[in-house]
Amino acid sequence: MLSTRGINHTIRDERIILPSTTPPRKEASLSLRDTPLRAKARHRLKLKVQEFFIEKFLFLNGLASIIIIALIFVFLFRTGIKAFIEIKPLQFIGTHIVDFSGQEVFAYIWQPVGEQGKYSLIPLVLGSLLVAIPATIIATILGLGTGVYLAEIASRRVRELIKPAVELLAGIPTIIIGFLCLSSLGTIIQNLFHTTFRLNAFVGALGVSLVIIPVIATITEDTIRAIPDDLREAAYALGATKWETTWRVLIPAGISGITAAILLGMGRAIGETMIVLMATGNAAIVTLNIFSSVRTMTATIAGELGAVAQGSAQYYALFLVGATIFTFTFFLNLVSEIIVNRMRAKLKL
Amino acid sequence: MKKNRKLAGVIFENICRFFTIISLIAVVLILGSLFLKGKGLITWEFLTTEPLDGMTKGGIFPAIFGTICVTVLMIIFALPLGVASAIYLVEYAGTGFLARTIRAAVNNLAGVPSIVFGLFGVGFFILFVGRNIDKVLQTGLLFGQPAMLWAAATLGVLVLPVVIVSTEEALRAVPLSHREAAYALGATKFQVVSRVVLPQSLSGILTGAILSVSRGAGETAPILFTGCAYFLPRLPVVTIPYLNIPMINPLDQFMELSYHLFIMATQSIDAQATRPIQYGTAFILITLTFILNLSAISLRIYFRRRHKR
Amino acid sequence: MKKLISLLLVSATLLLCGSSRAAEHITVKGSDTMVILAQKWAETYMKAHKDVTVMVTGGGSGTGIAALINGTTTLANCSRPIKPKETKDAMANNITPVEYKVAMDALAVIVNAQNPVNELSMNQIGAIYTGKISNWKEVGGPDHRIMRYSRESNSGTYVFFKEHVMQDKDYAPDCQNMPGTSAVAEAVSKDSWGIGYGGVAYFAKMKELKILRVKKDNTSKGVSPLKQDGTVDFEAVWKTEYPVARYLYCYSIGKPSGKVQEYLNWILSKEGQTIVEEIGYVPLSK
Repeated sequence: MLSTRGINHTIRDERIILPSTTPPRKEASLSLRDTPLRAKARHRLKLKVQEFFIEKFLFLNGLASIIIIALIFVFLFRTGIKAFIEIKPLQFIGTHIVDFSGQEVFAYIWQPVGEQGKYSLIPLVLGSLLVAIPATIIATILGLGTGVYLAEIASRRVRELIKPAVELLAGIPTIIIGFLCLSSLGTIIQNLFHTTFRLNAFVGALGVSLVIIPVIATITEDTIRAIPDDLREAAYALGATKWETTWRVLIPAGISGITAAILLGMGRAIGETMIVLMATGNAAIVTLNIFSSVRTMTATIAGELGAVAQGSAQYYALFLVGATIFTFTFFLNLVSEIIVNRMRAKLKL
Repeated sequence: MKKNRKLAGVIFENICRFFTIISLIAVVLILGSLFLKGKGLITWEFLTTEPLDGMTKGGIFPAIFGTICVTVLMIIFALPLGVASAIYLVEYAGTGFLARTIRAAVNNLAGVPSIVFGLFGVGFFILFVGRNIDKVLQTGLLFGQPAMLWAAATLGVLVLPVVIVSTEEALRAVPLSHREAAYALGATKFQVVSRVVLPQSLSGILTGAILSVSRGAGETAPILFTGCAYFLPRLPVVTIPYLNIPMINPLDQFMELSYHLFIMATQSIDAQATRPIQYGTAFILITLTFILNLSAISLRIYFRRRHKR
Repeated sequence: MKKLISLLLVSATLLLCGSSRAAEHITVKGSDTMVILAQKWAETYMKAHKDVTVMVTGGGSGTGIAALINGTTTLANCSRPIKPKETKDAMANNITPVEYKVAMDALAVIVNAQNPVNELSMNQIGAIYTGKISNWKEVGGPDHRIMRYSRESNSGTYVFFKEHVMQDKDYAPDCQNMPGTSAVAEAVSKDSWGIGYGGVAYFAKMKELKILRVKKDNTSKGVSPLKQDGTVDFEAVWKTEYPVARYLYCYSIGKPSGKVQEYLNWILSKEGQTIVEEIGYVPLSK
């Protein structure tokens, strides 16, 4: 309902007289007289001023996301850069230690608490990637399959049942997945594959893939459904079967969206904390063996941040690790954003 | 030749079905194992009493209470900011460079890892904002410590993209004709938004709020260092002196379901004795998030159907 | 609009009204080894003394000391003595840590129950954890790689073990760092080739674990932290026959006063020490 404040009326002699029919009264100092027209103009001005302030207020709120991302950037890097004051840059790659046979070796070790603090980032970055990449691969296979199934193969009723179920998978708190990996999954994998380390990157990758499958599945499904029917109909007209259409026409057409989904999933995998904290063993080993225990960047922060004294070298190093994770995921998100925008532009044409 | 192609098609379909079933089996397994191992413990007592005897007996009421408190506070932070942000994005910003930057920022915020939010919470909220408030108000070390307020703020920043995206979706679902009709009647832009568009999108905003609550309740990493405690002797409630009204003390620390599960799983002395409680806590946590997620999803389906008519 | 603004103002005022820390509120932070003990102390003390509230958080001995230095806790539990550098940092913040020994702890070295090894010397344990010895056959066991389980570096247990068993040498890089002693127990119980360490209270009741006897050096007899009946052997710890034993500390900010002093006195009294026994740690010798 619109407000009726703009319309004045006066009651005189029990008749409602509308403004347009009220003649202006001939009295002295007409300028001080509150004419209905002037009141209307004043009210409109008041509304305009209100509108101006409201728009500016909403504008500030709109900027909130940009401000927050900027703040995260600033605070992470501001504290992380201080790490370079206390720790020489070369130490972030490795340190010289004397090993058991008496030789001096250049070792890649992360061990901030020790006679000599060792801050090599290499085992941490390798650890994160050793969990994230297999997790993304597993999740891509399962997620793509699920996405294609939901988009092309399932009937509407089945889709309405299964899509929420897949989204529910996204809603499981990661602490619970980590907890189940620690207690049950590790043993299962050890019995199946006879691994040396019961808690290793593979167990972590399985747990993390559970979280990423819904991401890839829902975006893939949206992408494929968004492809206009003309493409499908053209393919059918040329005699293609359903699977030929999907595999050779639709997926290539939606490849940008699918790539964006995979990148987003990978970003999520790198950033996952609780699952890897409980399931990977947290040993800072430099290895490419997926069945070895690893230490991810995220688990390092979660495991060590509570205990550091503020201002110590380890404190700054942890913020530097955080800045590294943030940079990784920021770029992954940015690239996937550009790909999606390009795809949207292409599809609109 | 045709048979081969048809066979290929059938194989392909079934592979896709198979992968979907695997994903669903994972959900069922997780829910099932928690349900079976935890349901024995869920009694009214478990839900309403405090933990006793070194966490080996008793209930988890303080954790449930703490979870509810922090999520309510988180909504107070995130909802107004997110809705205003989305209103600006949809109604005022148009399609220029600014709008695209804001949208990119929102998408990026959605992808930031939760532990980075935890670092941000410690580095910005507690150490910067909290310590500066203390300096200005001369309150010693009252604000510059881990507290529910800062944990809620950190969680609020985490779920902000969820609120913004849901609200945006809801606002866009309102047909352009409604807006045009309002403008034709002489309404100002804000009147159109507040009196025509917003009331119709309340359902979508509600969905976004529910989704963000479920997300916030399940996160552990952001609150690890910003306000959670393992054992608190009393609830984070304080009574205002003269009015005698009990209310939540946002500067207190709190117990929380996911943090409780984490500590019990990694640090309880008698793992055998606390194992049932761990499963019980996990069960409550997952039931909570599932109910929230299901209601949000059903609301979304229901309102989409209604709008399609 | 006006209603909204006034509602916001009222709620903001109410919110700020309630913001305070309760009086007579004791915060205890620190050692995860001691968190169960600290929580039981707090629970029992508060039952008898309704005017005091004690809040217990874990996080590791390092966390406790860090909180003490930052002034965000009243008492800090520590399973190792405070380091000189930490004392210096504290003094720089005008905080003088005062040390109280509140209990003793026998650190057990555990292996999986299926492992045939029954005892190890301090040297051997140290060599295993620094990485010098990597195969069970070098210490009398089967031919298999040793899977080392340790704690995170913020743990007092980690530091104590490093200083006393490893002669302050660094841990081997392939030690798997678990986020809590309970996680160590869980891991070793499921890993036939595992070795781990932690407060004996965490392991005493687990059938899948075997608590090793520890020899002070290669020629002495192996001593177990447990008696024949499975309870902790206090005498062995008091007389330092069991070599891997330590004090558990509590640090306060300056000389404690009032309720904090009463709480500490209660911990050191017979009541507090009985609770120590119940949980599975070693009470202070009379």
